[in-house]
Amino acid sequence: MDSAAGVVLEVRDLRAYLYTRWGVVRAVDGVSFVLREGETLGLVGESGCGKTMTGLSLVRLLPEPAGRIVDGQVLLEGEDLLAKSESEMRAVRGRRVSMILQDPQTSLNPVFTIGDQILEALGQHHVDGERSLAARAQEALRRVKVGAPEQRMRAYPHQMSGGMKQRVVGAIAVAGEPRVLIADEPTTALDVTIQLQYLALLKEIQARTRLAMLFITHDFGIVARMCDRVAVMYAGRIVETGPTRALFRAPRHPYTEALMASVPRLEGHVARLPSIEGQPPPLHDLPPGCRFADRCAYVADRCRREYPPTMPVGPAHEAACWRNEPSAPSR
Amino acid sequence: MLEERAIGAEPLIRVENLAKHFPVTRGVLIGRTTGHVKAVDGVSFTIGRQETLGLVGESGCGKTTTSRLLLRLEQPTAGRVLLDGRDIHALRGADLVRYHTRVQAVFQDPWSSLNPRLRVRETIAEALVVNRRVTRAGKLERVEEVLHQVGLPLSAAARYPHEFSGGQRQRIALASALAAKPELIVLDEPVSALDVSIRAQIMNLLKDLQARQQLSFLLVAHNLATVRYIAQRTAVMYLGRIVEHADTETLYRSPLHPYTKALFAAALPADPDAPRDDMILSGEVPSPIDPPSGCHFHPRCPFAMEQCARVAPELKAVASGHVVSCHLY
Ligand SMILES: Nc1ncnc2c1ncn2[C@@H]1O[C@H](COP(=O)(O)OP(=O)(O)OP(=O)(O)O)[C@@H](O)[C@H]1O
Ligand SMILES: Nc1ncnc2c1ncn2[C@@H]1O[C@H](COP(=O)(O)OP(=O)(O)OP(=O)(O)O)[C@@H](O)[C@H]1O
Ligand code: SF4
Ligand code: SF4
Ligand SMILES: [Mg+2]
Ligand SMILES: [Mg+2]
Repeated sequence: MDSAAGVVLEVRDLRAYLYTRWGVVRAVDGVSFVLREGETLGLVGESGCGKTMTGLSLVRLLPEPAGRIVDGQVLLEGEDLLAKSESEMRAVRGRRVSMILQDPQTSLNPVFTIGDQILEALGQHHVDGERSLAARAQEALRRVKVGAPEQRMRAYPHQMSGGMKQRVVGAIAVAGEPRVLIADEPTTALDVTIQLQYLALLKEIQARTRLAMLFITHDFGIVARMCDRVAVMYAGRIVETGPTRALFRAPRHPYTEALMASVPRLEGHVARLPSIEGQPPPLHDLPPGCRFADRCAYVADRCRREYPPTMPVGPAHEAACWRNEPSAPSR
Repeated sequence: MLEERAIGAEPLIRVENLAKHFPVTRGVLIGRTTGHVKAVDGVSFTIGRQETLGLVGESGCGKTTTSRLLLRLEQPTAGRVLLDGRDIHALRGADLVRYHTRVQAVFQDPWSSLNPRLRVRETIAEALVVNRRVTRAGKLERVEEVLHQVGLPLSAAARYPHEFSGGQRQRIALASALAAKPELIVLDEPVSALDVSIRAQIMNLLKDLQARQQLSFLLVAHNLATVRYIAQRTAVMYLGRIVEHADTETLYRSPLHPYTKALFAAALPADPDAPRDDMILSGEVPSPIDPPSGCHFHPRCPFAMEQCARVAPELKAVASGHVVSCHLY
């Protein structure tokens, strides 16, 4: 383990493509970041920009047969997960790295009861007596605030509300006490009171186990509350990374700036919300220059020719935009 | 009561004492009914033409079940849903076909609501064949029109649902709901899978469509800012019942029911420097299988009084168009 910095997960220049009938979709196209013990990194960005594919690449669960990791490294406590065999990966998933999938439907098997599925997850991770296992399963449900857990254990997924399914999936993901948790929009189906309890539960687990979290979300309320740092993704790449407060107060990439402006506020009534005009370039046909150029208010000639390098813009804060280049270029 | 607001004019939708109880069974083959989940337990509201009613509340409180009852996807245990004064569960033949073009839905879960074997163009066109005789060219034109409206490229038409991200799929679902030009769209968490910019686009689109096409919406959402932005009225549900119902602005400015207050207090402001005075509700989330006596909220209510555990409060009007069910009022 890279003990000095407490880095648990380091992703280096990850590329994951989807090979489709209409071309190669470069969903993850050179993504790098680190995740430290006990920290939460938010991953935000336009719908379809590759957040889920980034998460799935880390646990090597890209959609088959289209998805393939073509380059990069995913170092978990120094070990490259991309070099592991599938059977070695099975020992990693759930125990060392867990992912709460965006789609609770695919994570729950419709023909088994909720209880069976939690028992299976618990059984995989610990050797334990039958009876205490059932008690622990109920406890896991109670912790994610599912009422009447004894009865709910016998329910099938279709008999539960959207939010309940999402909480069951969450309970399963943390059952094995992993080192790294990738949470892909884990609270979209929860009402805000239960969301708050659920987030508090994740924080509590994090404080106890020094869990590192990658939190994929569209909710800037969650980002503000949960994340120490934020990475902003656009068309397959991370365009800005920085401390949460800096991203809210002084974003340095025009996409981040525009994104922040569209956040609906709870206070006061607005007549019309601003949104970003236009669409991102298709991931199977990307331009050579900056991918935000067509929608950017500050676009210049150079932006269309050359992709901007990632430049430091403040303490632990970096962005990939030509506007941040120091006036005396060092290149 | 709220129903009297539009005197004379029959609202588009009138829901009267609607209830849905699911049996809880034990045993695999010959299930023995051991109780009931009172998912929806006596709910009444109206939706006028060109109006949006927001429905918010705790996860599992019956919002989706209410939506499904309006869509005829469930049979009510009791109560009625009237569309233009006619009971939708009694419709047959041509009336039923007409109902299916007038009422459309976009669901919470963009994964299960799209047929994986149909291309996007076929999914959208399917909504068109149900009702009218539309020419092939007319159909394609409409498909392109709605794809454009929801901000998807025309190339999306030839692809299958699994080839899209969560947010893209949700836009496909919205496009097919719009295709048949319905009068009411039931929106169950339509934007929670979308990024904020597309969310803003879709919400603006819904507002524009409402103004232009006389569209009404039932909007179920957990994001309170979203509801505030598009719903004229908002109803708050707790454990199968409506506990407060008012004009959106009134409700957001002065919520009365203790659960509504807790709900607003738990919303996370999009600001890292906002004060963190969380009002985390204590107590277990009760189960609709065995709801608490009296006021369903009493085990978790910071204001609970002696009578709250015994007597269920009635919905009463506290101001014009503002009803609440709580012994404090
Ligand atoms: N099975 C697939 N085959 C082909 N393309 C796919 C497949 N799954 C996803 N894609 C494409 O890959 C890109 C990245 O998708 P991804 O699911 O990672 O987006 P996302 O950032 O998670 O979006 P959202 O916020 O909407 O969930 C999208 O443009 C999508 O259309
Ligand atoms: N087919 C069914 N059989 C048994 N119980 C059901 C069925 N469908 C729903 N329920 C139960 O009815 C209650 C209400 O569910 P519903 O899906 O309406 O909630 P919701 O308000 O939409 O919640 P969420 O916000 O989590 O989506 C829940 O307790 C749920 O478990
Ligand atoms: S590089 Fe140019 S086009 Fe890209 S975000 Fe910066 S200013 Fe805009
Ligand atoms: S009736 Fe009593 S328990 Fe129920 S919300 Fe009002 S004060 Fe609280
Ligand atoms: Mg995603
Ligand atoms: Mg629901």
